[in-house]
Amino acid sequence: MSTQDIRVGADIGGTFTDIALDLRGEIFSTKVLTNYAAPEQAILDGIAIVTEQAGIAFGDLDIIIHGTTLATNALIERRGAKTALITTEGFRDVIEMRTENRFDQYDLNIKLPEPLIPRQHRFPVAGRIDAQGNELQALDEVRLNALADEIAQGGFGAVAIGFIHSYQNPEHEERARDILAAKLPGIPISISAEVSPQMREFERFNTVCANAYVRPQMEDYLTRLQSRLKDHGANCPIFMIHSGGGLISVETAIEFPVRLVESGPAGGAIFAADVAARFGLKNVVSYDMGGTTAKICLIEDFEPQTARTFEVARTYRFCKGSGMPISIPVIEMIEIGAGGGSIAWVDAMGRIQAGPESAASEPGPACYQRGGERPAITDADVMLGKIDPDNFAGGAIQLSKGAASAAIAKDVGDKLSLSPLEAAFGICEVVDENMANAVRVHAVENGKSISDNVMIAFGGAAPLHAARLCEKLGIDQCLIPPGAGVGSAIGFLKAPFGYEALASRLVRLSEFDADAVNAMLSDLRDTAEGFVRAGTDGEIKREMIAYMRYQGQGWEIPVALPDRVLTPDDADLIRARFRENYAQFFGRAIDGLDGLEIEIVTWSMKASDSRPTPARQALLTDGEITQTTTTRPVFYPSNDGLQDSGLVERNTLTIGDRVQGPAVIVERETSTVVTSHFDAVLQGDGTILLIRKEA
Amino acid sequence: MAGLSEIRMQVMWNRLISVVEEQALTLLRTAFSTSVREAGDLSAGVFTPDGPMLAQAVTGTPGHVNTMAEAVLHFLAEIPREEMFEGDCYVTNDPWKGTGHLHDITMVAPSFKDGQLVAFFACTAHVVDVGGRGFGADGKSVFEEGLLIPIMRFADRGTVNRDLINILRNNVREPNQVVGDFYSLSACNEVGHRRLIDMMAETQMDTLDDLAEFIFDRSRTATLERIAALPKGMWQNEMMVDGYDVPVKLVATLSVNEDEVTVDFTGTDGVSKWGINCPMIYSKAYACYAVKCVVAPDIPNNSASLAPFTVTSPVNILNAERPAPVSLRHVMGHMVPDLVLGTLAKALPGQIMAEGAAALWNIHISARPEAGKDGRRSEVLMFNSGGTGARPELDGLGATAFPSGVHTMPIEATEHTGPIVVWRKELRPDSGGAGRMRGGLGQVIEIAPAEGHEFDFSAMFDRVNHPAHGRDGGADGAPGVVELDDGTKLRPKGWQHVPAGNRLILKAPGGGGFGPENERSEEARAEDQLKGYVTKETSE
Repeated sequence: MSTQDIRVGADIGGTFTDIALDLRGEIFSTKVLTNYAAPEQAILDGIAIVTEQAGIAFGDLDIIIHGTTLATNALIERRGAKTALITTEGFRDVIEMRTENRFDQYDLNIKLPEPLIPRQHRFPVAGRIDAQGNELQALDEVRLNALADEIAQGGFGAVAIGFIHSYQNPEHEERARDILAAKLPGIPISISAEVSPQMREFERFNTVCANAYVRPQMEDYLTRLQSRLKDHGANCPIFMIHSGGGLISVETAIEFPVRLVESGPAGGAIFAADVAARFGLKNVVSYDMGGTTAKICLIEDFEPQTARTFEVARTYRFCKGSGMPISIPVIEMIEIGAGGGSIAWVDAMGRIQAGPESAASEPGPACYQRGGERPAITDADVMLGKIDPDNFAGGAIQLSKGAASAAIAKDVGDKLSLSPLEAAFGICEVVDENMANAVRVHAVENGKSISDNVMIAFGGAAPLHAARLCEKLGIDQCLIPPGAGVGSAIGFLKAPFGYEALASRLVRLSEFDADAVNAMLSDLRDTAEGFVRAGTDGEIKREMIAYMRYQGQGWEIPVALPDRVLTPDDADLIRARFRENYAQFFGRAIDGLDGLEIEIVTWSMKASDSRPTPARQALLTDGEITQTTTTRPVFYPSNDGLQDSGLVERNTLTIGDRVQGPAVIVERETSTVVTSHFDAVLQGDGTILLIRKEA
Repeated sequence: MAGLSEIRMQVMWNRLISVVEEQALTLLRTAFSTSVREAGDLSAGVFTPDGPMLAQAVTGTPGHVNTMAEAVLHFLAEIPREEMFEGDCYVTNDPWKGTGHLHDITMVAPSFKDGQLVAFFACTAHVVDVGGRGFGADGKSVFEEGLLIPIMRFADRGTVNRDLINILRNNVREPNQVVGDFYSLSACNEVGHRRLIDMMAETQMDTLDDLAEFIFDRSRTATLERIAALPKGMWQNEMMVDGYDVPVKLVATLSVNEDEVTVDFTGTDGVSKWGINCPMIYSKAYACYAVKCVVAPDIPNNSASLAPFTVTSPVNILNAERPAPVSLRHVMGHMVPDLVLGTLAKALPGQIMAEGAAALWNIHISARPEAGKDGRRSEVLMFNSGGTGARPELDGLGATAFPSGVHTMPIEATEHTGPIVVWRKELRPDSGGAGRMRGGLGQVIEIAPAEGHEFDFSAMFDRVNHPAHGRDGGADGAPGVVELDDGTKLRPKGWQHVPAGNRLILKAPGGGGFGPENERSEEARAEDQLKGYVTKETSE
């Protein structure tokens, strides 16, 4: 495919389905309500709208790229298939015992999340592989044959197989699959060695269970989507965006649907990475704030940061440990319960708290006057003058400042003897500080200094809060790209065909066996490139990473490996790179400890097609000052009060215009607040740059 | 606008808690010993220049709730202010000045801004070895339990104390890991210091005085409101536990006044000959933890929120004096919350959970090849939990740590660390105490030496002879079992042997039930049977 293709990105989210059409560089987009009963219908409706806007037909499309939260929602709402787990005897309860920990130390009435597959559907079978991959005990095939009959009669829709140490030796899992498949035609079987070949049984078993659990539903949906698109005349290939931010075929997605979890937010990160590449920004933090949560991702050298495991379906206040772990390559994001709809309240110490409970779209914030009586972040934004109640969503919804004020007074202001305006300021400060803290902690976990970054803000609520967040983080520049409201769908259009293959294989540097390592890396390369070849004939880019630690540590840091056949001497090179990275993360490498072993735990091979780099744009940091004619009072923390701020329509600005803060730049979906510490400069592609004023 | 300074203070308080959270995360990421990095046996906090604790990281375990707060005062008493400099870092593992046993290393570092002392950062972590007899109950005095580092400098104006490192290297079994952990501890204080200075610079603060006053004032008021709402009076509870060679009676008396909650351990059995004694500082931490869980679970830990809770005791197994052996002080310490919750159950009838497994079922394995064979030698540590007590409205939690805040390790990781095979690690049916609400299930673990190997292990198990009691008519949880697969019974504490070809079988205890069994709902009974949590026919 080429940049001349006509491409469609479709992102099914919780509330809206976003469609973006790229017609040789020109973007057409729309949002339609997500259709839960028939998700594909919203895509067809949306494509119909954008193709009409662009004056083309379904048959003109060259490629459709799709991401969806359907798999995530099935896990959160527990709406998957009746699934059987076949596991090693003695380990029936791995997914139920979890880490044997309580995620909240002080709550005596804590409820731990239920395992995805209940105990009566988990079937142990004798057979054991040891840590080195040798067979300790033969697989009980007689029992497996009997089990196949039980499963057939039990009305199961899917099967997961997870055996101890299968990441070292998958033979038992493969054999078990063959035995079951022979007797269970039509029932999809997932094995952990294929879905998630990583050490750590709880994470791997849970991942294979999640895959099996959503598989029948996703297969149905994707098959239906393909055929209905064909009915409409779209004969182009469809690709799916995966949680790692690359593209995979629909066939792969049907086999490994767990890889679709978090694909929507991944699109947002790719969107930001593309903006970063366009402006040549090497250190970026993306900030996506919508109705219920804010998501933050670090982007270095135009690549979003990735991780090998993450947690979905958190059941308790987004608390770490209250969800379920999924071990697959993923774009690493932190998500906190802070969105426009997040509810503000006062705790026992008289401290203002915001979220994670959300007013969502129904009943919505108090100012919507649709029955919501508790104050949300949006209400505070209205009170502070950041949102114009008479011109919200282009005037589509009339907001009530009175209702916002009353709700804030009742739940926050009166309790703390603060005026509604002060209380509104308090709510925004607390939510901005919570986000800033989350960013700081995330940066320290990654050994980064946050103030060296440029922020890229998108999502409906982000431009209202971005400047203040930058003030708190010491960030001097923030970009607000056009199309921010459908950022993920636009991001899909920029995604590469990419796949990351992982293997857990413990290698001590003192025992580095170059031949064995080369053989393993070659297998990983074949796997990763195989997926990429499904979508491209072009050149393939590779990246090899070793996840390393000092022996005895439990946390590994990534170290890049040279992309060539390794030699025994490379152990020294890898050691040197590890020490260098370690010092960058934690201040200093450990010195003076002879014989302290360094080891590699996990190996990663990323393959992707080479995307054309977007045309580079110079960042305009200066421009001609635009005088604003109308003003509105907006509250700024650094001035301790309301201050008249210039009002500008975003679509009246021309390239190089500079708007001096304090000001508000208004557009249909949102408003960009330019605090008194910042100016705004319009870029060549319509992006707004917020830039800190010289001191 | 007067309300604005209020809001600024609230925001700064949040920020300070985030600073100590970063401090704790640094420790988790860089630590070597499994007890820290996998189990989260650590704590981190920030203190005013006079010593009171301002904020403590949420990451960490309750055993350090206020041990660190007291430890910092000992450092201040021994190191004169005029001898403190930028770049200093002080250390100790004195059980009576730190957190109760030699394996816990506490480090304190002063934080200077523009030459002025503005705060202290402190952190604690459990290291893998401190020499002596190793982690176990068999020492007769603290002198046998390892190297004691009195309060001294780990770093002097940024320069690490090489003599201390040298002594350490020559006295511990895993010098690389232990020295590595010392570096991690000092790095974590350094991260806290840097973040604090950033925060103060951004907000143009020269001292933390105003913020401290705000935090202490709010915390004190909120805590006192909660105490005022409690019934007033005195309640006593006693609990028998296994001990080492003879059973141990633990007694607690709870007194609630208008503005104070006191726990006293008078009546508790005397100091043991074995290393299961608990220095007061650790008993106190777990007593406070239990009270706080019930009275003020949502109020952040700091000197003011902890001040209304006092703990007293004559000398006994929960207040052991120097030089008593204290290596396994966690076993008794983990019993303290159940003991104290028993007093609260009398003060607040019908509202307090039943007893649970309480003490972790940790095991330290020392594996080696059979005589004359080739193989690996290795030290392996595993953390395991039994069931928690049933709650008034909820069943207990199966195989979940309480009161400890630790995690278990993956079996696949454990089997990489040494020549052992874990054949079973799963829930133990029929071990939860019956009741309207059922106690949490314990777990069954089967461990064998790998082919051609044998191992010794240090047992540190309790509730083998004294099960967790049910509450309000609920039945007791099943007691623990320690045996070989050939039926040989083993002792719950001390070093013992598992020969090649045998399996060690551990059955961790279940939690007690809550309320009479005949009040359990039909649905809950059916589910217990369906899931196999209960396999016996139950009586009506």
